Amino acid sequence: MATVSFTLHLCRFGRNLCNTLFPTTSSITLLNPRRRSICFSGSTFSRRFSTVETSSSSRDLGYEFGIVDEKYDVIVVGGGHAGCEAALASARLGAKTLLLTLNIDRIAWQPCNPAVGAPAKSQLVHEVDALGGEIGKIADRCYLQKRVLNASKGPAVRALRAQTDKREYAMLMRNVVESTPNLSIREAMVTDIILGKNDNVEGVSTFFGMKFYAPSVILTTGTFMSGKIWVGRTSMPAGRAGESASHGLTENLQQLGFETDRLKTGTPARVDIRTVDFSGLEPQHGDEEVSWFSFDPDVHIEREQMCCYLTRTTSTTHQIIRDNLHETPTYGGWVEAKGPRYCPSIEDKIVRFQDKESHQVFLEPEGRDVPELYVQGFSTGLPERLQLPLLRTLPGLENCSMLRPAYAVEYDYLPAHQCSRSLMTKKIQGLFFSGQINGTTGYEEAAAQGIVSGVNAARHADGKSLIVLERESSYIGTLIDDLVTKDLREPYRMLTSRSEHRLLLRSDNADSRLTPLGREIGLIDDRRWKLYQEKQARISEEKKRLKSVKISGGDLAADVTRMSGQPVKNSSTLESLLKKPHIQYGLLDKHGFGDKNLSRMERECVEIDIKYEGFIVRQQSQLQQMVTQQHKPLPEDLDYYAMINLSLEAREKLSKVRPQTIGQASRVGGVSPADITALLIELEAKRRKAQGQRMYKMMNAIQANTQDEEPKVCLTETTRPG
Amino acid sequence: MAMVMASFRIVLHTNTYNRFFHPPTLSTWRRCLLFSRAFSTNYNYSVVVKKDERLGKRTENENSNVVNSTTIAAIVTSLGGPPAAVGIVRLSGPHAVSIAGRVFRPAVRNTWQPTSHVVEYGVVLDSDGNVIDEVLAVPMLAPRSYTREDVVELQCHGNEVCLRRVLRTCLEAGATLAQPGEFTLRAFLNGRLDLSQAENVARLISAKSMAAADAALEGIQGGFSSLVRSLRNQCIDMLTEIEARLDFEDEMPPLDLNGIMDKIQHMSQDVENALETANYDKLLQSGLQLAIVGRPNVGKSSLLNAWSKSERAIVTEIAGTTRDVIEASISINGIPITLLDTAGIRDTDDIVEKIGVERSEAVARGADLIIMTVSAVEGWTSEDTKLLERIQSAKESTGSSTPVILVVNKIDCKPSAETEWDKGCHSHKIFSKQVFTCAVTSQGIQDLERAVLEIVGMDGIAAGGRRWTVNQRQCEQLVRTKEALVRLQSSIKEELPMDFWTIDLRDAALSLGQINGEDISEEVLSNIFSKFCIGK
Repeated sequence: MATVSFTLHLCRFGRNLCNTLFPTTSSITLLNPRRRSICFSGSTFSRRFSTVETSSSSRDLGYEFGIVDEKYDVIVVGGGHAGCEAALASARLGAKTLLLTLNIDRIAWQPCNPAVGAPAKSQLVHEVDALGGEIGKIADRCYLQKRVLNASKGPAVRALRAQTDKREYAMLMRNVVESTPNLSIREAMVTDIILGKNDNVEGVSTFFGMKFYAPSVILTTGTFMSGKIWVGRTSMPAGRAGESASHGLTENLQQLGFETDRLKTGTPARVDIRTVDFSGLEPQHGDEEVSWFSFDPDVHIEREQMCCYLTRTTSTTHQIIRDNLHETPTYGGWVEAKGPRYCPSIEDKIVRFQDKESHQVFLEPEGRDVPELYVQGFSTGLPERLQLPLLRTLPGLENCSMLRPAYAVEYDYLPAHQCSRSLMTKKIQGLFFSGQINGTTGYEEAAAQGIVSGVNAARHADGKSLIVLERESSYIGTLIDDLVTKDLREPYRMLTSRSEHRLLLRSDNADSRLTPLGREIGLIDDRRWKLYQEKQARISEEKKRLKSVKISGGDLAADVTRMSGQPVKNSSTLESLLKKPHIQYGLLDKHGFGDKNLSRMERECVEIDIKYEGFIVRQQSQLQQMVTQQHKPLPEDLDYYAMINLSLEAREKLSKVRPQTIGQASRVGGVSPADITALLIELEAKRRKAQGQRMYKMMNAIQANTQDEEPKVCLTETTRPG
Repeated sequence: MAMVMASFRIVLHTNTYNRFFHPPTLSTWRRCLLFSRAFSTNYNYSVVVKKDERLGKRTENENSNVVNSTTIAAIVTSLGGPPAAVGIVRLSGPHAVSIAGRVFRPAVRNTWQPTSHVVEYGVVLDSDGNVIDEVLAVPMLAPRSYTREDVVELQCHGNEVCLRRVLRTCLEAGATLAQPGEFTLRAFLNGRLDLSQAENVARLISAKSMAAADAALEGIQGGFSSLVRSLRNQCIDMLTEIEARLDFEDEMPPLDLNGIMDKIQHMSQDVENALETANYDKLLQSGLQLAIVGRPNVGKSSLLNAWSKSERAIVTEIAGTTRDVIEASISINGIPITLLDTAGIRDTDDIVEKIGVERSEAVARGADLIIMTVSAVEGWTSEDTKLLERIQSAKESTGSSTPVILVVNKIDCKPSAETEWDKGCHSHKIFSKQVFTCAVTSQGIQDLERAVLEIVGMDGIAAGGRRWTVNQRQCEQLVRTKEALVRLQSSIKEELPMDFWTIDLRDAALSLGQINGEDISEEVLSNIFSKFCIGK
C-alpha cells in the first residue's frame, strides 16, 4: 500500500524574499550574513537538500569561498535554441537558473540553415512568442530577408520565413541570456547526472569534477552527445565542425536505464559569396511589406533586405555524383543511421528521382558582413576533394571557392517515449529533455520544446503542477504529443500536415490561443499583457462594427459585385460583404469604410474571423466533441499486460508509451479502436471494483462501530460478501 | 522565525502519490480547463486546452458528464428471420432527440415535443419529405434509459426494407451507425449492468471488432469494397498533391487546379451512382446468396431448377453445360434468397469453360452460404477432395467462415448411399450440414431448406448476415463521403483557398477508412516523400 509522504522543500517564497532584499543574486561572491542565515536554516529543515550538504565534503570551508552558490533551482545543459529558451523561461519565472554550455561563444549558433520559419515552423515561432519566448523577437531583429509563403492558400498555412544573420542572431540571443536576471552561464562539459534517493535528480557533475545542484535539470545536448562528423570516409568525434563532442553522458544515461539510439543529419558546403557570379541567376527578393514573428511591436523595426538566388544542378553534377556514389556514406555503406526524408542529400535526390534532369539549389547569404553563402539543397556525403568540383558544376558557381565543406553528423538521442508530455522523463523526477536529444530537427522545434521544459523545470523546482499543452491547443502540443507517442525513426520536423486541427492553430491567433496562458504562467509581463488586451479589444470592437454598419448601393457595392461576381443586396452589412469571395478588408479601406486605427495584423485577424467563420466554428465544435472523450485521463499505474482483451501488440506498445489520456493511447501505433474500447471497459470495471471495495470497507467500519456500541447485535450475516 | 517558517511549503511527493490511484468518476471526465481541480487530485500536471479567445466565450455542449459525444443508431430487432410485425430503430446519444426530431413527424402536431416515456404516433420522412413508414416514437431521456443517454426508439413495421430506409434516414440526419454491441457498451460505461456482465461485453466487443477489422483488412467486404478503396486512394492522392505544395511551396510546380476539380467531380459522381444503383433496398432484395458448387454433371443445375420450381438452367447429360453463373430467386420462410448456379469446377482447357470455373470460385467466395453438391452414384471422389480444398483455401485466404452444406444428389439412382455415406469416412468436419436429395423428383429439397434455416439461425446470419452489416457500414461511409464532397465542391465554388479543401478531403478519407484506426497524416507524408523530390 502506497503511503503519502511529505517532504519539506525550500520554496520560492523564501528565495524571492532573498532576491527582493538583495537583488544581485547572480554571481554573488560576497556572502551577506543575513542571506546565509536564511539559507542555512533552510537546509537544516529541508530533507531534499540535506543529502546535498553532507555529500559536499568541503562544505564548511566552501562557505567561506562561496561554493554554496553552486546550488540552483534549474540547470540547463546546452546553450542552443532549446537551451536558451529553457533557461530564459525558467529564469523569468524567478527560478535561479544555471546554463551550462561547452562554449559560450557558440550560444544560439545556427550551424545549418541561417533561417527561421517556413510552413508549420513559423507557427511554432509565433506560439513560442505568444508564450513569452525569445526566438521570434531575435529573428525579427536580425533578419536579412523575409517572405510570406502560401500567401493565397489559406490563413492556416500562411507562413513566414526569415533569412537571418547568423552571427548577429547568436550575439543578440547571447546578450539577452547574459542580461536576464536569475540566469548564470558557465562553460562546462556535463558527464553525470547526480541522483537522489527517490529516483529524482539532484544535479550534474562535470568533466573537470565540478558538481552543480538543482532539483530540475534540462538536457539539451543537440548533436553533441557522442557526436561524430563525417566527410566522405573520414570521421572525427565532434558535435559540429570544429567543436568537440560531449562524452560520458550517454553512458551515464544508459546506466540510469534510458534507451538511446543514433540519428544522422547533415549540412551543405559554404562558398565565398565574392566568387559567385549572380548575373545569370534568378533572384529571390524579400517581401515589400515585411511581416513579423513576434506579437511585440517593439521589435518591428524594418531593415534593408538581402537577396537570395536560385540555381540548378546540371547534367555534369549528376554525372559526377553517379560516378562517385561508392564514395558516399549511404551508398558506400559505412554509415547506417538514417537521414531525414525531407532533407535528402543531393545524391539521394539523384538516385531516387532519376528521371528528373535538374534539381533546384538556393543560394542564401549567412550574414551582412560575412562572405559565407549557404548552398541550400546541396548537402552531400562526398569526400571533400570532390565537393568543390561538384559545386563548380552549378551555374554561377563555376569559379567559386569553398569556405567550409559539407559534412554529416551522427549523434545520440533518447527516443522520446521516455518523456511524458511535460517533457519530464518518466524514470527520473526533475530530469527534462529538449531539442535534438528528443529526436527532432530544427531551431523552431528546439525552441518550442525549450520553453515548455523551461517552464516545467521551474514549476517542478517550485513544487507546482506541470503544464501539458494538449495536441489540439497548439503546434507545440502537437509536436510534443507526436514525439512522446509515436515511434519515430527519423529526425522529426514540424509540417502542417501533421496537425489535424490546423485551421484552428493559425499564426494570426497564436496570441489569442496562448498569451493568456503565458500570463497565467508568469512569462507575459504587464506591458505585453496590456498590448494584448488592447489588441483583442480593437479586433472584437471592429467585428461588432462591421456587423452593424449597413450599406445600400454606392461605389463599394458596385466594386464588391464586380470583384466577387455576386450581387449585393440592399442594406447589406459590411460583414456580409467581407464574406464574399475575393473581397478583402483593403477594399473597405479604399471606400472609407475601414478603421484606419487598426494595424495590418489586426485587420488580418478581423478578416479571417469573418471570412472563414463557418469553417472555424464547425472545426471548433468537431474538436469539442472529440475532446470530451479524448482527454479522459489514464492512470499511470495501469497493468496493460494483465488486460487480456487488448491485442498483444497493444499491450506491449501501451506498456512502453504509458499514455496519459485515452486520446494519446489511440494515437499509439498498433492500438486499434477495439483496443481503446477494451481499455475503456477495463477502466470502468476497475472503477466499479474500487467503489465496491470502498462500500465494503465502509460497511465494515459501520459494523465495527455498531458492534462497539451494541455488542449484542450481530451484523456479520448481512455484510458478509456473497 | 516566523519568516523562516513561512519560507517552507509542504509538497506532496508526487511519485508515491500517483500510485495511489483513484479511478476518475464520471464528473472528473469533464473538459479540463487550465489548472482544473478535477485533475489536481490525481495527476501532477495540468492539461491546457485553451480555446482561441477571439472565438468568444461560447459554452456549447457543456453537458460535460456525457462520455460519448456521438449519437448512434441501429436496427435492434433481429433481421433475416421470418418477418416480424414490428422492428425497432434505436438512437442513443446526446443528439438522439434532435436527430429523431428531424426525421419524425407526429400525426397531430407539426413539431415533435418529446415527453420522456410517452409514446407518440407519426411518420418518418426522408430528406425530400416523402413518407417512409408509419412509426411509434418512444423517447427515453437520460438517465432513465438503457444506455443512460437520451434514447429514442422508432417502432416501425417489421419489413426490412422499411427498417433499413428509416435507419438510413437517421444516418443522413447525423447519426452514426452503431458498432456491434455498442448500445450495451455505452450502458456499461455509463454505469449500468454489473461487473460480471462487463467481462462478457469486453469479450464480445473485442471479438466482433477484431473480426470486422480482419474482414476489412482481408478485403473481403464485397459490395462496394473496391469502390470504397479506390475512392479513398483518390482522396489520399489529392491530399498528397495539395499538402506537398503547402509544406514545400517553393520546391513544387503549381497545382493543376482543373485536374483536381475534374477528379472531385468524378468522385462525387461515383459516390452518387453507387448510392443510387446499389442503395439499401436493392441490396436487401438480393438477400442471402447461396452458391451451388460441385464437379461437373453432379446435378447442380437440376437442383436450382427444382428448388426454384423453374427451368432457369439448361440441364443436359454433357458435363460442363453451365458456363456462366445463373441466378434464381426464392424465398425461404420470407427470407429473400438468391440461388447461384455455377459452372462445374474442374481443370479444363476450354477457354469459355475456364472463365466459367473462375467465376464459380469467385461466387463461392462471395456467397453467404455454399452448397457443395456431389453425386451419390459416383460417391466421394478425389476431385471432390480437390474441389473442397480449393474452396477451403479460398476461405482461409480471406479468413471468412462461410458455412458449407453438403448435398448428396441423385440419391434416387443409388438409395443405399444414404446409409453407406457416413461409414465411408466421407463426413468432413467442414460441412455444417449434410442433405440427400434427388433434384429430378424434388426429394430432399425441404430438408435442404430446413438445413439452410438452421444455419441461418445458429450462425449469426440472423442478425442480418455478415456481408449485410458490412455493406451497411459501406453505405454509411458513402453517405459521409457524399456529404464531405458536397462541402468540398461548395468550397471550390466559393473560391476558398486550397487549404480549406484539405479539411473535407480529410473527412472523406477518414469516413472511407477501414475499420481500424489509421493515421492519415503519416500516410500523406510518406506519399509526399516517395512521390516528390523535396527537401532543401
